[in-house]
Amino acid sequence: MNELTDLYQEVILDHGKKPRNFGPLEGATASAEGLNPLCGDHLVLQVKVADGTVQEARFTGTGCAISRASASVMTGLVKGKTQAEVEAMFQVFHALVMEGPGAHPDLEALGKLAVFGGVHEFPTRVKCASLAWHTLRSALQGQPVASTE
Amino acid sequence: MSTATSPAPTALAPAPFDVAPFDVAARRAEFPALHQQVHGKPLVYLDSAATTQKPRAVIDAISRFYERDNANVHRGVHALSERATKAFEGARATVARFLQADPREVVFVRGATEAVNLVAQSFGRQRVGAGDEIVVTTLEHHSNIVPWQLLAAERGAKVVPAPIDDAGDLDLAALDRLLGPRVKLLAVTQVSNALGTVTPLDAVIAMARARGIPVLVDGAQGAPHLGVDVKALQADFYVFSGHKVYGPTGIGVLWARREHLEAMPPWQGGGDMIRSVSFEKTTWNEVPYKFEAGTPDIAGAVGLAAALDYVQAIGLPAIAAHEAALLREAEAALREIPGVRLVGTPRRRAGVLSFLVGDIHPHDLATIVDRQGVAIRAGHHCAQPIMQRFGLAATARASFGLYSTSADVAALGNALHAAIKLFS
Repeated sequence: MNELTDLYQEVILDHGKKPRNFGPLEGATASAEGLNPLCGDHLVLQVKVADGTVQEARFTGTGCAISRASASVMTGLVKGKTQAEVEAMFQVFHALVMEGPGAHPDLEALGKLAVFGGVHEFPTRVKCASLAWHTLRSALQGQPVASTE
Repeated sequence: MSTATSPAPTALAPAPFDVAPFDVAARRAEFPALHQQVHGKPLVYLDSAATTQKPRAVIDAISRFYERDNANVHRGVHALSERATKAFEGARATVARFLQADPREVVFVRGATEAVNLVAQSFGRQRVGAGDEIVVTTLEHHSNIVPWQLLAAERGAKVVPAPIDDAGDLDLAALDRLLGPRVKLLAVTQVSNALGTVTPLDAVIAMARARGIPVLVDGAQGAPHLGVDVKALQADFYVFSGHKVYGPTGIGVLWARREHLEAMPPWQGGGDMIRSVSFEKTTWNEVPYKFEAGTPDIAGAVGLAAALDYVQAIGLPAIAAHEAALLREAEAALREIPGVRLVGTPRRRAGVLSFLVGDIHPHDLATIVDRQGVAIRAGHHCAQPIMQRFGLAATARASFGLYSTSADVAALGNALHAAIKLFS
């Protein structure tokens, strides 16, 4: 069960059950729809960007605990970040879920993202964890739809 | 499991005369893939609706073909080609016996999906025009929806969904109303891959035939659990996949009435499907070869025949009785678990149980039980219209085969309890 409890850490279960920043965003400046065609998971991500900085990010939709927790944690982390900082954060996250915490020995830099350190043991769930990030990047790049395929 | 100390059996209820005794332990022993550990736990394979495991007889038949008889068919005059042709046409005869059909009505294809596409692109293009309708039920797998949508888009026709009720059964009164004068084809599954619903094919087909509407039956889930007698069924087309009935992937069957096959234009062009080719005029081979362009999956056909022989040696009534008892047991076991909700409670069920556990997403559930060695499916099961009907994005699905046991059901129950604990 160890790998399972690495995947479903308390923080993930908590964010999965009670996602933060969940619901529509008033005055959004950009949005995108994320789809995981494999499982039918679906989320809509809305952001408010001003002066090149993400002021706020919220999401709606359906998904598993991993994808909801990922969207929940992400929408909290990107507040106040520039697009370049968001992109850098995504790269860290991507390396983490693909290769595990070993890929990024600097756990400090991972910050709250460290809770996704168990995902790499479950290759079929990487897309669940990544959906929110792909959708955010699409929104910031002005693309209406992101797909994990 | 008898021992010297067991009491002698007394007053056993007599089995129905047409049901052979079923020894599930002996059958399991014939499936090599079932005997392994995953994540350090014995494999509990409950994903047979996606694909069944293969018995030794099938694996050996394929190996033997490649080791001994491999050659191309219908061409060479040498010994191996003769043997390969005999094996391939023998396989067609075996399929025909399984379906109670004429071998000339059996077309080898890649699978049920390709068979539906063949019918849509050949028969469909011939019959369906602008303003026409194709009725498909809400229970259909995407493979029995999308080929019709492609055809409809090309022809300016319309795909009309036939509704289901809250139990997951076809709404026959609604279907009756939908089968109007513009309907050129009805596509209906024998068994729903997502809910396990067994459709009342006799009633449905009678309804369509009374109006002269051809019927295509998707037997992908029905063939392994119920089998079929196409003569009695009175449908126009019956399709199934080899790999869901204990055969290999890459081979499947289209059965069609001879008069349809004769009248339908070829779908794909190539070798084997022609009688003669010239730049002035090319003539088609006779049926079914007209629909088998290119070198077929010969070893696949041989493997499929071995699978159908295997199933028929055990007897479909015995398999169906075993699976039905197990499904009842599984349904009862799932209902005992707090928070479990069955999705679809049809009048008659085969092979499949779809369910939800509390508010645990099916994908999380499938990951957690997988670590207990239990293989189930989570998702929309390529049947999104059913999911939409029930207002769901996904369900968890346990599906059973002739090798499934009470121990598998117990292992599923234990694994679900572990998931509930993790998420509590």
